[in-house]
Amino acid sequence: MCIAFPGKILTIGEDNVAVIDISGTRREVSLDIIDEPVAVGDYVICHAGFAIQRLDEEVALEKLSFLKELIENEIY
Amino acid sequence: MRHERILLEHGSGGLLSHELITEVFLPLLRNPHLERLEDSAVLTVGERSICFTTDSYVIDPLFFPGGDIGSLAVHGTVNDLAVCGGRPLFISAGFIIEEGLPLEDLRRITLSMAEAARKAGVAVVTGDTKVVARGAADGLFINTSGIGLVEYPHPLSVKSIEAGDAVIVSGTVGDHGAAVLSRRRELGVISEVLSDSAPLNGLIAAILAASPRVHCMRDPTRGGLGAILAEIAKQSGRLIEIREKDVPVREEVRGICEILGFDPLFLANEGKVVVFCHPGDADRVLEVMRGHEYGREAALIGSVGERERGRLVLRTVIGSSREVDLPVGELVPRIC
Amino acid sequence: MKYIDEYRRPELVQGLLAAVGAKAAEIGREVTIMEICGTHTHAIGKYGLRRVLPANLRLISGPGCPVCVTSIGDVDAALHLAGLPGVIFATFGDMLRVPGTGGESLTGLRAAGADIRVISSAGDAVRFAAENPDRQVVLMGIGFETTAPTVAAAVLRAKQRGLENFCVFSVHKTVPKVIEALLADPELNIDGFICPGHVSVITGTEAYRVIPEAGRAAVITGFEPVDIAEGILMILHQIASGKFDVAIQYSRGVKEWGNARAREVMAEVFEPGDADWRGLGVISGSGLCIRREFAEFDALRRFDLPAPASAEVRGCSCGEVLRGVLTPPQCRLFLKACTPANPLGPCMVSGEGTCAAYYKYERDPG
Repeated sequence: MCIAFPGKILTIGEDNVAVIDISGTRREVSLDIIDEPVAVGDYVICHAGFAIQRLDEEVALEKLSFLKELIENEIY
Repeated sequence: MRHERILLEHGSGGLLSHELITEVFLPLLRNPHLERLEDSAVLTVGERSICFTTDSYVIDPLFFPGGDIGSLAVHGTVNDLAVCGGRPLFISAGFIIEEGLPLEDLRRITLSMAEAARKAGVAVVTGDTKVVARGAADGLFINTSGIGLVEYPHPLSVKSIEAGDAVIVSGTVGDHGAAVLSRRRELGVISEVLSDSAPLNGLIAAILAASPRVHCMRDPTRGGLGAILAEIAKQSGRLIEIREKDVPVREEVRGICEILGFDPLFLANEGKVVVFCHPGDADRVLEVMRGHEYGREAALIGSVGERERGRLVLRTVIGSSREVDLPVGELVPRIC
Repeated sequence: MKYIDEYRRPELVQGLLAAVGAKAAEIGREVTIMEICGTHTHAIGKYGLRRVLPANLRLISGPGCPVCVTSIGDVDAALHLAGLPGVIFATFGDMLRVPGTGGESLTGLRAAGADIRVISSAGDAVRFAAENPDRQVVLMGIGFETTAPTVAAAVLRAKQRGLENFCVFSVHKTVPKVIEALLADPELNIDGFICPGHVSVITGTEAYRVIPEAGRAAVITGFEPVDIAEGILMILHQIASGKFDVAIQYSRGVKEWGNARAREVMAEVFEPGDADWRGLGVISGSGLCIRREFAEFDALRRFDLPAPASAEVRGCSCGEVLRGVLTPPQCRLFLKACTPANPLGPCMVSGEGTCAAYYKYERDPG
């Protein structure tokens, strides 16, 4: 249904367009349909040239370490 | 061939390109040399063995990060000769120029061809120029043909590949494809990745000097490493197994592929060679390659299995495996 | 690559797959899980996940590839619009090779001279219109709740810039109604759904409320191998416990309440309408039509379309494949008349199409 990727916001320009970066490659994405304020340095999930969600970094990092722990101790 | 017209996809180096060759050209032009479908034809003239190849360059844009159509046209033909064990000697240059191309661009491109030829040690010995009406060509098309002396004593061919052979690639894949993609305005990606366009005859001569048991070499251009290996598996009738985690890819190229939904395995290269050699010589060959300017990131990426239904199998980063086939369709941005 | 590579780490995937094996053994009976989204089908194939799952776990593909579900009538209409003189037809790459009646496709039309341009964003089509005031730009509006808001935003931009040579041919579809149809299908017995991660970014959990209500598992899942393995595990936990809910595995991207702004923009330009799904027929309220207030941006109002004389290829069972009733090899045409080089049905055309993904990834590598 939809290919999307997480990119880091480098700059936010006029016309509500941000430049995002993913390991050295940059792309412009529109911020027209994102539903929370975003700032330079935030990670956003982008689809078809639009940012559709601010990636929740705390949840991501917390969940990853939780997952590693479960697997290392074979609790899962 | 089910399509009544030629599609862009017929030029992509994938399945339809393969069909164009095997269903239109080969049946009508078949002869023992042509049907080998190698990068160059190896011919015997008197008691000398020469290799002969031709290639056309229709790249848009004409100038791209890391090169231009001029140097590309020389490198491509030099590499096609070298992978067949030939020492490139002479090349031709045929220009099809669109009405309105700035003369300054033509000078820049010709200068770049001269420098590339000098670096590769070949001479442009013949040429041709045609001009077509505006709109009939993207500014400039170049065809180069080349002749070389085959000096490697063993036949370098798909047929020489043996079970157990090591599969080595000379560096990161997808660089050229990514560099060109980053110049296509409609894709909206900005990147500093450079094309890897380069003359590989020096590197290849060093490889051949290091091992008498190199069985086959190819330079994976359009269609990328994935297409070349799938084609070789099909032509050789052998299982080729590649470990995805060992295939070197630049971070920026991975970035472009994530944004556009492409696989680096199928992005074009213009300065890479894939080598099939006896496993006993793999370390030696790798060492020699890494010692050369165009082989710094050479890597052992897999091996050749037994003869059965010729297949390319990829061991994925998570350890499972999947079959890889000739790519289908154009590389275009998708939403799903 | 941050927030990508971490979810491709082999030891995490292996650990999760071991847990999946244990939980599947505990359940014992055969379990059928459907991945609705074509991008999941592609990722599952790309990482060879289907073959490392336990034997009693059957993973089937659903109607989640926007190209596959576009009806042949809509494909023929798109081909008609693309062929009109003076039209610039803008489309995502997915639609290029989809065969309409008689096997014609956008790539074929382009080869015959039509001006068909591939876009990576709906905004590109608006730019074409601004740069070519004397041409009519038609944007092919395919995709679900993730893509529709981006097309709606492009329409708002075009209106803002007073562009009169831009319109959208909307074949957008939405997820909730088709899930209801799948649940009501007697031939299908799906125990759990891998729900589309990026559609859910927009819709939130509400779109899948009907699944736990029908006593089936639902887990909103991301697209990396760790996400998919964990999503399957969470589905098995629901099945084993009998406690069904709409759970979120893809928590780094999906909030329970979704993206209200995107839904707002989508609702401003589109309204629900009936949609004809290839292989599934007309599902009421499952499509998105352009509202009257934006009539001047609706290709259906700007151009009159000929009465469709559309006909599927005889023997094409894309419908049953799309509903997960048949697997690709069970279709009579699979790899016989219908091949990647010559796709007859949509499931073989799109890279994410069930049959294309099956051909590329599932053929037994031994």
